[in-house]
Amino acid sequence: MKKSFKLQDLDCANCAAKMENGIRKIPGVTYAAVSFLAQKLTIEADDGQFDDIVRQAAAVIKKVDSDCQIILN
Amino acid sequence: VKLTGKQRKILRRILIAAGLLAVILLLPVRGWLRAVLYLLPFLCVGHPVLKKAGTNILHGQVFDENLLMTLAALGAFCIGEYAEAAVIMLFYQIGELFESVAVDRSRRSISALMDIRPDYANLLREGQWVETDPEEIRPGEVILIKPGEKIPLDGTVLRGSSSLNTTALTGESLPRDVEPGDSVISGCINLNGTLQVTVTRAYTDSTVAKILELVENSSQNKARTEKFITRFAAWYTPMVVAAALLVAVIPPLFAGGWRTWIHRALNFLVISCPCALVISVPLSYFGGIGGASRHGILIKGANHLEALASAGIAAFDKTGTLTRGSFTVTDVRPIGMDSRELLQLAASAESCSDHPIALSLKAACPLPLTAADDLQDIAGFGISARVNGREIHVGSEKLMERLGLHCPPIESTGNVVHVAADRTYAGSIIVSDTIKPEAPAALAALNRLGVKKTVMLTGDRPEAAREMAALTGIAQVHAQLLPGEKVERVTSLLREKSPGSSLLFIGDGINDAPVLACADVGIAMGSLGSDAAIEAADVVIMDDSLEKLPLAIRIARSTRIIVRENILFSLAVKAAIMVLSALGMVGIWAAVFADVGVSVIAILNAIRTMRIH
Repeated sequence: MKKSFKLQDLDCANCAAKMENGIRKIPGVTYAAVSFLAQKLTIEADDGQFDDIVRQAAAVIKKVDSDCQIILN
Repeated sequence: VKLTGKQRKILRRILIAAGLLAVILLLPVRGWLRAVLYLLPFLCVGHPVLKKAGTNILHGQVFDENLLMTLAALGAFCIGEYAEAAVIMLFYQIGELFESVAVDRSRRSISALMDIRPDYANLLREGQWVETDPEEIRPGEVILIKPGEKIPLDGTVLRGSSSLNTTALTGESLPRDVEPGDSVISGCINLNGTLQVTVTRAYTDSTVAKILELVENSSQNKARTEKFITRFAAWYTPMVVAAALLVAVIPPLFAGGWRTWIHRALNFLVISCPCALVISVPLSYFGGIGGASRHGILIKGANHLEALASAGIAAFDKTGTLTRGSFTVTDVRPIGMDSRELLQLAASAESCSDHPIALSLKAACPLPLTAADDLQDIAGFGISARVNGREIHVGSEKLMERLGLHCPPIESTGNVVHVAADRTYAGSIIVSDTIKPEAPAALAALNRLGVKKTVMLTGDRPEAAREMAALTGIAQVHAQLLPGEKVERVTSLLREKSPGSSLLFIGDGINDAPVLACADVGIAMGSLGSDAAIEAADVVIMDDSLEKLPLAIRIARSTRIIVRENILFSLAVKAAIMVLSALGMVGIWAAVFADVGVSVIAILNAIRTMRIH
């Protein structure tokens, strides 16, 4: 499954790159991209673990930039 | 300039801190009281930075921008440079504010280029027109589009006629006329008439949704340069911080003067963020892709933009790409009657056929058609019919031979249609696929751009292919190819090309998908509304015009230049400031400029890619 999420207050391009690298390292993630310009996160991962992976991705994002919020809906 | 809430808050803090700083500079206070006073503007503007540095260090983010700025400022404080500490924070925040405004503005203006998303549709529901979210409308429902409104969904005109402005999709400025039965495409603007349209595709499958998705996802396909910058950024910061440590520790061990050297080293911390590069490089590509989309050129990613820039070989499909893909009458050679009469007889005889050649005869006929009866289809040869009481045969040379007539030899690469009236040879009409008028100029432009090798790959007959090649200026022709053989040709061209250059394949996208996929850059032309082409190609030219091809390459080249300018400029300024700081020739002001000033300049330079034409 591949899904995109909006990121709020992602205001540093370097952080976006760090988040992307961090999320790619989560086990089960086959593809991840954080676009600073589109303020968007795209994750592709296994269907079964998807929700769990998104939660871990949110944690990675928090860790890199505590102001940045992932909008889940 | 409109600021967001967060930006306004930062601006307020900056103004207060700047005011406080000005007052303190004038106060005749000395010693520890002065240090305490300087803490006020320092904390006022810097506390979010300090807080973030704190949380980030807890998260193990050591080389975080906020932390490094905090270290620089605290370092300045410790060696008694109180004013400088406050100024570092103040200038850092001013720079961040500028940067964030510049990025916001660029992002907004790029999205404005792609402002094709419809807000609402007027849906017919129980006899009333209701404003509805386009996403809720199902195929088969009828919508109303008033003059000036955007067409929200793909469909077929049911009632009304109008002109459509397709600029947002194709870059084409001439309006397109539509009437009942014509299909209309979402994203166009209805100019003058009111249209009722039967929706044929749901919003998610519509042209607009496809284009927006494509452009939004384009930032995922990163260019090699972008990937390099990300990798570079990861070691740039630690290196600069290490350099700062060396500057702070090594010289004083031998020569003393700890305070001076620590002071100089703080500059290094200020310039250790690779922000200018990390923002401006992707932004340049984003702008280039956005700017291209305004001309009706959709590029699926920065990697394709990069490949376009190094185009060395261009291979073309013929029919529908170099030619219009429709037949027209190019020559009429009557015998014993005038050409208008010959066309009228032939077109009338063919009036019931919808073969492309019959259609071209009808389109070329200057006189009204007359009724034909006794129609007989002579399969593989042509037809016979009675027109104006005369027995007319229209067809191939073989048909004439069957009638016992002799045709004069005709040298032509087009399709020859022979006509006999009352079993007497009446002449011939030549029907050909015509070259796109802009093709020779577009190919000449490609050549000037350094695309030295142009190749035609076609399934058509060699004579027709060679004639087209001569007209357009294409050097190499491979005719009578089966679709699989086109792929083989492209693969062997890929082997021939010089390293570092890329091979473009330009096709109409209808049955070229495998070839589009195997070229370095697959370009589909005239694909307005064609899903298959949008899917298979790397670059989609929405309208039919070959002129867009050199334009796309020019945009790619200029983007590449701008990216290189930004990389060189940022690194050169940073390196220069580092050297000058180590020598003690420049102060903290220069370091702050090298950090945020350079970012802002690089961002402003990057968005120039949007306006290339």
